Amino acid sequence: MPSLKALRSRITSVKSTQKITSAMKMVAASKLRRAQTQVEAARPYAQRMERMLASLAANVGNQPNAPKLLVGTGRDQVHLLVPVTGDRGLAGAFNSSVGRLTRGLARRLEAEGKTVKILAVGRKGRDLLRREMASRIVDDISYAGRKSVGFADAQAIAARIIAMLEAGEFDSCTLVFNRFASVISQVPTEMRLIPVAIPEQSAAEGDAAKRAQYEFEPDEETILARLLPQNLAIQIYRALLENAAGFYGAQMTAMDNATRNAGDMIKRLTLNYNRARQANITRELIEIISGAEAL
Amino acid sequence: MPLDLEIVSPERLLLSRPVDMVVIPAEEGDLGALPQHAPMIVLLRGGLVRLFEGGQIIERLFVSGGFAEITPTRVTVLADEAMPPEAVSRAEGERRLVAAQAEYDATNKADVPALDLAMAKMQSARAMIEVAGSGS
Repeated sequence: MPSLKALRSRITSVKSTQKITSAMKMVAASKLRRAQTQVEAARPYAQRMERMLASLAANVGNQPNAPKLLVGTGRDQVHLLVPVTGDRGLAGAFNSSVGRLTRGLARRLEAEGKTVKILAVGRKGRDLLRREMASRIVDDISYAGRKSVGFADAQAIAARIIAMLEAGEFDSCTLVFNRFASVISQVPTEMRLIPVAIPEQSAAEGDAAKRAQYEFEPDEETILARLLPQNLAIQIYRALLENAAGFYGAQMTAMDNATRNAGDMIKRLTLNYNRARQANITRELIEIISGAEAL
Repeated sequence: MPLDLEIVSPERLLLSRPVDMVVIPAEEGDLGALPQHAPMIVLLRGGLVRLFEGGQIIERLFVSGGFAEITPTRVTVLADEAMPPEAVSRAEGERRLVAAQAEYDATNKADVPALDLAMAKMQSARAMIEVAGSGS
């Protein structure tokens, strides 16, 4: 049985931990709300972009000189993986699930004899992969200490990827990130960026697109050459935003659990403390009484 | 029958309303879209999108570049950046012009698509300066 003093100090320490976790939960909740509005605000652009891309790609996709960004290099040897993670921890399995998916993907590709390169976005992803896959990490990008990510950040990453593609450093590019399904559920997802996965049109929209034969000004190739990098940036932007929203969601859940666990622990410790206190009193009483009887 | 106009930037939906006519700064000159316009996809240069109602300009919005999709009932402007003309800063435009000029000079003169891109950036920066100048 630990002493009363030891129990008391443990209770105080757990209480202060609980204060921290519950404060972190509140902070995560308010940041989550902001991140969620950002995700929703970015959605209309992405949807319309997809619609345009689908009608353009249908026109240009089959030509032999179609841009690399659309059809890839034609080889399938070097794969670039872009895991997107948070810059901080204390968010449950949020970061490690992306790490696990990336590692699994890398191992599978290597088992097939392919070469894997990794461009880690987010500090935690780099830390997670550094131990096992250090030789494959080309670079890492981190936004630690920043309030929120903007579209310019996504454009910078896209520019980096395009430069690598132009230099022939990889053939195919896959983004790994946590899709924000709901506040309590984030699904680690892989999404192919290059060659572009052409969005499939729903039946009704497909009919409308068939009816509408677009004219292009200046011409399909020029527009496509401008649209594809933008589309890449948009996809990355989306992943960054979903990652941010998912991160705060996961952190909120993790901190909620931690607060509850701390509460349980305090209850248990308080019970032990009271028991020990009563046992002490009883023992003292017995000592006094047996002392009096002995006289 | 009005035309549904939407202006979106990557960060948010800026404007969504019916208009009688909209004039958009397409790369090969301004382009006015009325209802029943033939379906088109155009590239934008930097400039002002002007919304018309009853023959009057009711609103102006500066876009730095992007794309527009025109259908008989709808115009969607996918702007790289969009802001009201009052918010356009001359200093920012000049800064971008210098940066774009430097990029143009640094680009390999045989790389035509890259040259085009740098030229488009310069044009967008010039439009920014022009809009900021006329506003003040």
